[in-house]
Amino acid sequence: MPVIVAENISKKYIIDHQRKTGSPSLRDIVTDTLDKWFSGKRDDSGFAEKEEFWALRDVNFSIDQGDRIGIVGHNGAGKSTLLKILSRITEPTTGQIKINGRIASLLEVGTGFHPELTGRENIFLNGAILGMSKSEIRQSFDAIVDFAGVEKFLDTPVKRYSSGMYVRLGFAIAAHLNPEILIVDEVLAVGDTEFQKKCLGKMRDVSESGRTLLFVSHNLTAIQALCNKSFYFEKGRLIDQGETTHIITNYLSKVSHKMLEKHWDNIESAPGNDQVRIKSFRLIPEYQDDLHHIDVRTPVSFEFEFWNLIEEANLNLSMHLYTFTGECIFNVGTQSESFAKGLVSGKCELPGNFLNDGSYVVSMMIVKDTSTVLYNMEEALVFDIEDYRENVTWYGKWPGYIRPQLNFSIRQIEHAVND
Amino acid sequence: MAGQHTITIKAGGSEKDYWKDLWLNRQLLWILSKRDISVRYKQTLLGVAWSVLRPLATMIVMVFVFSYLAKIKSDPGIPYPLMVLSGLTIWTFFSNTFTQISNSILINSNLVSKVYFPRLLMPLSSIAVGFVDFLITFGIFLLLTLFFKHPISWHIVFLPCFILLTFITSLGFGLFFAVLNVRFRDIGQLIPFLVQVGMYACPVAYSSTLAQGTWFEKYYNLNPLVGIIDGFRWCLLGDQAYFNPQSLYSTAVLSIIILILSLIYFRRKENTFVDHI
Repeated sequence: MPVIVAENISKKYIIDHQRKTGSPSLRDIVTDTLDKWFSGKRDDSGFAEKEEFWALRDVNFSIDQGDRIGIVGHNGAGKSTLLKILSRITEPTTGQIKINGRIASLLEVGTGFHPELTGRENIFLNGAILGMSKSEIRQSFDAIVDFAGVEKFLDTPVKRYSSGMYVRLGFAIAAHLNPEILIVDEVLAVGDTEFQKKCLGKMRDVSESGRTLLFVSHNLTAIQALCNKSFYFEKGRLIDQGETTHIITNYLSKVSHKMLEKHWDNIESAPGNDQVRIKSFRLIPEYQDDLHHIDVRTPVSFEFEFWNLIEEANLNLSMHLYTFTGECIFNVGTQSESFAKGLVSGKCELPGNFLNDGSYVVSMMIVKDTSTVLYNMEEALVFDIEDYRENVTWYGKWPGYIRPQLNFSIRQIEHAVND
Repeated sequence: MAGQHTITIKAGGSEKDYWKDLWLNRQLLWILSKRDISVRYKQTLLGVAWSVLRPLATMIVMVFVFSYLAKIKSDPGIPYPLMVLSGLTIWTFFSNTFTQISNSILINSNLVSKVYFPRLLMPLSSIAVGFVDFLITFGIFLLLTLFFKHPISWHIVFLPCFILLTFITSLGFGLFFAVLNVRFRDIGQLIPFLVQVGMYACPVAYSSTLAQGTWFEKYYNLNPLVGIIDGFRWCLLGDQAYFNPQSLYSTAVLSIIILILSLIYFRRKENTFVDHI
C-alpha cells in the first residue's frame, strides 16, 4: 500500500544574475521598474537578467509502506529540494504529493536549539519543533538524556557544550521521534564516528520496525546497507529508480569518468607559455572489479606529457594532491634532469589501499632549476575514490585523509585458566 | 495507523486543515513563547530591570520635554506623568509586538528552512515578550497612581477589550510587514522609523483634545491607535480622560479588516518563505 504518491512534481526557482545572493531589496524593485518605464519598454527586457531554474522537473514516484528509499545524485540534482517539499518546508510549483501517515524529517541535528537555553529547555523546545507532544517528550526524557550522555550538563546553556555534545543531544531527541515515515538528510556528514555509528544503528532500527525511511546521503555504503530501493536524481529529474545495488552501480558508472583526462593535440592552443606547453594529463586506474569504479583498493597512475620549448633546460615535475575541500595531502617531485626541446613525459604511481574515500584534486607543476615554476596546472584532474569494505559491519564515514593497510595484528597471548 | 493522517502537498495548497493544525501545535506556540521570554531575560545584565527602567526613563524625558519645556497640558484633573505613562504603556505594547511580529519570520529563519509547522506560530509566539513587558510597565503605572493618589476608575473592567484590540491591530500590521520583510530586506530598516513617527502621530505625550477642531481631525481619527490609546486611558483614569467612543467603532472595524487582509496575504505567501530566506 503506497504511503507516498508523488505526481508531476516540479519546483522552479528564479535566479537573479544581477544579485547573486539574498532577496531583492525594495530599492531594486523600484529602480528596475523605473528603468523599465523610462527606457520606454514595456516588455520583460528589464528583467532579462532573471533566469528560471528547475530544481525538480516532472518527478513521479510511489513509495510503499516499509520501503527504505535511498536517494542518490550529485550536488544540485534536486535531492534536498525533494526532501524540503516532502517535509512541507516549501511547496512544489506544480504537481501534488499524497502522504499517508505521520511524517517527521530530520534535515539537521538540533534544529532550533537556542544557545542561551539549557540542555533541559532545549530538549523540550527541539522536541516540540520536531512535532512531539509535551507528554511524549517527558516520557522519553530520561532515555534522551541517557542516549546523549549529557546528564551532568542538563542545566548548562548549550552554548557551553562542545560541538560533539551538541550534536549528540540533537540526535538523541530526533532518535526518540516515533513517526511512520522518517526523512533523513545527510546528517552523517557531521559529528564524530561514535555519533555516526549511533545514528546509523538507530536508522536500522527504524527500517527494521517496518516504518518507511527516506535517506539522502553521499555515503553509498550506508545507503547500500540501509535501503532496499533507491532513486537516482540528475539535474532535477528522477532518471532511475529500483533496487539499490542496481541504482548505485548505474550512478557510479556515470560519475567516475569525469575529470580523469585532459589532452591537447594542437601545441598552439594548449595551455602553457613560450617555455612549456601541456600535451596531456590523465589518470589511469587499475580497476579491481567489474563495476569499473575507483575505490580505496584501486591503484592509479598519473601520466603527464608536455612540450619543452627551451634548449637544455633542467626540469622537474612537482605534483600536489588536495582533498576536495582544499587541504593538501601530499606533494611529490621528480628528480631534476636536463632535457632537450621536444616532448617530455612523467608518471606517478599511487598504490591502492593508500588514500581514504573522498574526492581529490590534483595539480601539476613544471619547475626549472628546482626553483623557478615555469607553469602550474592547477586543479588539473578531479577524481573520486569510493568506499570499499570487507568484513566490516560499521558503515559510518571512515575517518582520516589516508587509509593505509598496515601490518597491524591482534592475537591471544594467554588463555584464562578456568578453576 | 497510516490513513488516519493524510496530507496533500501541492502548489498554493493551503490546506483546509490549517487552523486545526495550528490548534494541534498550540504546545509549540507555548514553548516558543517561553523560549523568547527566557532568552530575553537571560542574556541581559540587568534582566527584568530593563523593562522597568526603559518606560520610566522615557516617561521622565517626555514629562521634561513636553510638560516642562513645551508646556503641553494634560486633560484637566490628570497629572501629566500619569497621562504619559498610560499612553506609553499601551503604545509600547503595540510598537513592541508590531516590531517583533514584523521580524519574527526572519529571526526564526533557521526553523523556517528546516522544519514544517504552521508559520503563523512564529508571529503569534513573538507577542509573548511584548506582553510580559506590558505587564511590567502596567505594574509601574499602578504604583505611580498610588504615588499621585489618583484613584483607578471602575472603567478598568473594559481594559481587556482594549488590550485585545491592540493585539489585533499589531497582528494586522505586523503580519503584513513580516511577509514584506522576507521579500524585501530594506523593510527591516523602515520599521523602526515607522514606529518612531507613529509615536508622534498617536496621543502618547499629548491629549487628543489638541487635535479637536483642526482641519486634520478626521484623518487623525483614522489612525486605529488613537481610539485604542484614548480608550485605554479612559479605562484607567476615568471620565476626566478624553475619549470619544465614536472613534472606537472605526478603530475596531478597521483593525479587523486589516487583520483579515494580512492573514490572507500571509497564508498565501507562507509556504514559499523559505525560497526567499
